[in-house]
Amino acid sequence: MGKADLARRKFRRERGNRKVHSSQLKNRSAHFSERFDSLVHLGLYSQLPGAPCHMLSFTINQEVTTFDGDETTPLLWVLRDHLDMTGTKYGCGIGLCGACTVHINGVAQRSCVVPMAAVANAAITTIEGLAAADDKLHPVQQAWLEHDVPQCGFCQPGQIMATVDFLKRFPNPSDDDIDNNITNICRCGTYARIRKAIHRAAELSATGDRK
Amino acid sequence: MRGLNRREFLVAGASVSGGLFLGLPIIGAASDGDDHMIGFFVQIEPDGRVIIGSNQPEIGQGTRTALPMMVAEELDADWSMVSVRSMPLGIVKIEDGYTWKYGPQGAGGSDGVTSNWEYMRQVGATARGQLVKAAAARLGVAETDCDTRPGFVVCDRLGKEIAYGDLVADAAMLELPEESPPLKDIKDHRIVGSRVKTVDAMGIVTGKVRFGIDTVQPNMRYAVIARAPVLNATVKSFDDTEARKVAGVLDVFTIDGPAMGEPYEILASGVAVVATSTWAAMKGRAALTIEWNESPSANDSSDKFWADNIEMLKGEGQRVVDDGDFDAAMAKAARVLVRQYEVPFVSHAPLEPQNCYAYVQENSCHIIAPTQSPSGASRAANAVTGLPRENIHVEMTRVGGGFGRRLTNDYVAEATMISRRTGWPIKLQWSRDDDIRNDFYRPAGTHELQAGLDASNKVIAWTQRLASASKYYRRPNMPDEELVGAELYNDDFPRRIVDNMRLEYFHNTIGLPRGSWRAPAHTANAFVIQSFIDEIAHETGQDPLQVRLDLYGAERELEYGNHGATTFNPGRLSRLLKFVAGKIDYGKSLPAGRGIGLASHFTFGGYAAHAIEVSVEDGELRIERVVAAIDCGLAVHPNGVEAQLEGGTIDGLSTALGLEITVSNGRIQQSNFHNYPLARIAAIPARFEAHILPYNDKPTGVGEIGLPSAAPALTNAIFAATGIRIRKLPIGQQLRV
Repeated sequence: MGKADLARRKFRRERGNRKVHSSQLKNRSAHFSERFDSLVHLGLYSQLPGAPCHMLSFTINQEVTTFDGDETTPLLWVLRDHLDMTGTKYGCGIGLCGACTVHINGVAQRSCVVPMAAVANAAITTIEGLAAADDKLHPVQQAWLEHDVPQCGFCQPGQIMATVDFLKRFPNPSDDDIDNNITNICRCGTYARIRKAIHRAAELSATGDRK
Repeated sequence: MRGLNRREFLVAGASVSGGLFLGLPIIGAASDGDDHMIGFFVQIEPDGRVIIGSNQPEIGQGTRTALPMMVAEELDADWSMVSVRSMPLGIVKIEDGYTWKYGPQGAGGSDGVTSNWEYMRQVGATARGQLVKAAAARLGVAETDCDTRPGFVVCDRLGKEIAYGDLVADAAMLELPEESPPLKDIKDHRIVGSRVKTVDAMGIVTGKVRFGIDTVQPNMRYAVIARAPVLNATVKSFDDTEARKVAGVLDVFTIDGPAMGEPYEILASGVAVVATSTWAAMKGRAALTIEWNESPSANDSSDKFWADNIEMLKGEGQRVVDDGDFDAAMAKAARVLVRQYEVPFVSHAPLEPQNCYAYVQENSCHIIAPTQSPSGASRAANAVTGLPRENIHVEMTRVGGGFGRRLTNDYVAEATMISRRTGWPIKLQWSRDDDIRNDFYRPAGTHELQAGLDASNKVIAWTQRLASASKYYRRPNMPDEELVGAELYNDDFPRRIVDNMRLEYFHNTIGLPRGSWRAPAHTANAFVIQSFIDEIAHETGQDPLQVRLDLYGAERELEYGNHGATTFNPGRLSRLLKFVAGKIDYGKSLPAGRGIGLASHFTFGGYAAHAIEVSVEDGELRIERVVAAIDCGLAVHPNGVEAQLEGGTIDGLSTALGLEITVSNGRIQQSNFHNYPLARIAAIPARFEAHILPYNDKPTGVGEIGLPSAAPALTNAIFAATGIRIRKLPIGQQLRV
């Protein structure tokens, strides 16, 4: 058996509603987060001490998932390498480009700078979990298709996840609202279409119009 | 590699499921197993589905949509029934080397559409012809009694129609014609020129499409490399004690870099860390202690580079164009203008960092890579392993941005080295820092432009003198006098327009690697030429639009010998300029601190112009409005053409606003998006228009055409708004005076 298989066996994904309650864990992650922030800022998070292997539980796209590996691992890499959920992309590793944007408890976060310790008991949504099916797309995805936004497409899952959260806070956004809140990078320069698609998604969300 | 003639590339046969396929025969190889199916351009199934092979890398430029559209057009397919399948690299050994199995494959130079325009349509037309022939035989009528509508052969005389799917079994048995059937008239096009949606858009917005970075293969291990922090430094020794303590780290070893100055396979010497996950590999790398040898590039610096350029320009360089009598014209000029401009090194920074899957076994090598040049990937793997190239299988993934970076397959060579050493299937992952610090940067240069004007302010003499470090970086067998070829395109404007013209080149050196960056030398040359025209206009009290229109003149075809075209028609630039000027209401009165700038450029056969309006208040620059226009002859996929024009424009603006790579003590100073700040949406105005001006029935490329004139339109607008002339890119903080 290969080492990658061994790593994957550390993961147990279970259907159901098993919840792990651990106030200790929560406190630990809060403390951890604080330290993490300062280290991330310096690009030194790899120097964090390896944590003992607590069992962490959380949900990804409503599925209960547990993790007992290195708690300093950013959520991004757990999604990508361990769970093979590759819609969430790696672009910069320091929270600047937004290609790795997911929702943690409904709020858009850059998963490359969120250590596993910080997601204990959290509800995580990734691009794969945004729509129930291809014919039941989220209005933001639908607007992205209507305006044919993607070029290379690499940043677009992150752009979409950021926009979904943004529209919750700004259901009828102005261009200034977009400028002040959407900071994801698109290297291909699809910004003109992203802007139009955000406005369109706001319309679709307001009317509940889904194809 | 030689091209294929039609007889060689078209063969027909029956697919496994009883359909018709049409594609390429296997040249010089008896059997090709399963690969046989993948190579075929078009396959029609009995249920009516049409599967079209895409042989080109898809880097966001849209060939995966545009090329199948051409096949589907001539096939008269129902586009809703079309799906696109990726083809791997196809090369076949012949007597004196290798030739293409599926036609040339590669993304660069904006020629995906132009080089496949005839070829792909012929495939579609031939398939359609076979279906018509099969229908005529079945109905007992002449082929001329039959026509097609999307997905059906129709016979009006009998009032009958037969679905393509019902004809494929018969069609597969028919001999192919000697000649391709005639192609459609442009006015009869239903798919080419229509606004179909980008192929794969659904997979992208749902996160299902796999890029290279998303590759997962059985028993795959993950690798990263700690590369030399100083250009051309090499590993002296390393201590991996702490790295090996990181859970998941499997192996640590040295990667030998290329010898200084020699042609390269990889960029840098380093230490590889192989682990069970990307994070473990990264963590292991961070725990390494590496001692590096002193590098011959340890004193390289941007400051020295720029200073050397200025010194060089005081002397005499290599004259590559010397039309008319430049010296005499300058001597009799009523007025002479001289200006110097600086265009910086920039990084490609595709959003998907470099990565590659490689699995080297005893007699084979499997590569899965996001690459613009799959044959380059094959050569890289061959150089590392010594395996015959026919034993190296290269699969292309969707590519998270190319911009020229992935024309070089150094990361493929690295992954192959690591797999060869360990025997494991390896996915090599670069970090963003790795990517920005280890690039083949767009060459930087100092350009001196001089113009001699007669008494009526007409330009009678022109020279561009460039000191740069050429893109031709450590190429094998490259004599110094040919380095200029990558930096100055001899036949660009104003060649054959200004009679007395000289181009002069000075070759500077620096240890920093250089390569092709989207629209390579056009980005620099459009900036300096279009800025200089603006300066001539303002200095002589003329209107910048009129000066350009006077110079370009009427429509006419001028001889052109550089990449992408055989002629250059400056009148097409005039038409675009007038159009964008009209759209933006050029000449309207503007409040203080506002200005409009114009620029236009001919790039690789395509024409573009920009009109940009800016405001500058307290040194704060705001782009208020952008009007961009492209003349690409015929727009095969208008939606995609507009996307490339928008993206090219934004790339040009983003780069001009704030991007620069600098070197100090042999170290690249930038590392991530905090100090290499790609523009975000706030920099790009809501008032942003991209227009296509159709010209004729011949498509040009579009991927690079929209970029070069964006930056000078912006800086010309800044001058109009403030009187500040930007002669050094990026704009950065220069307006905060």
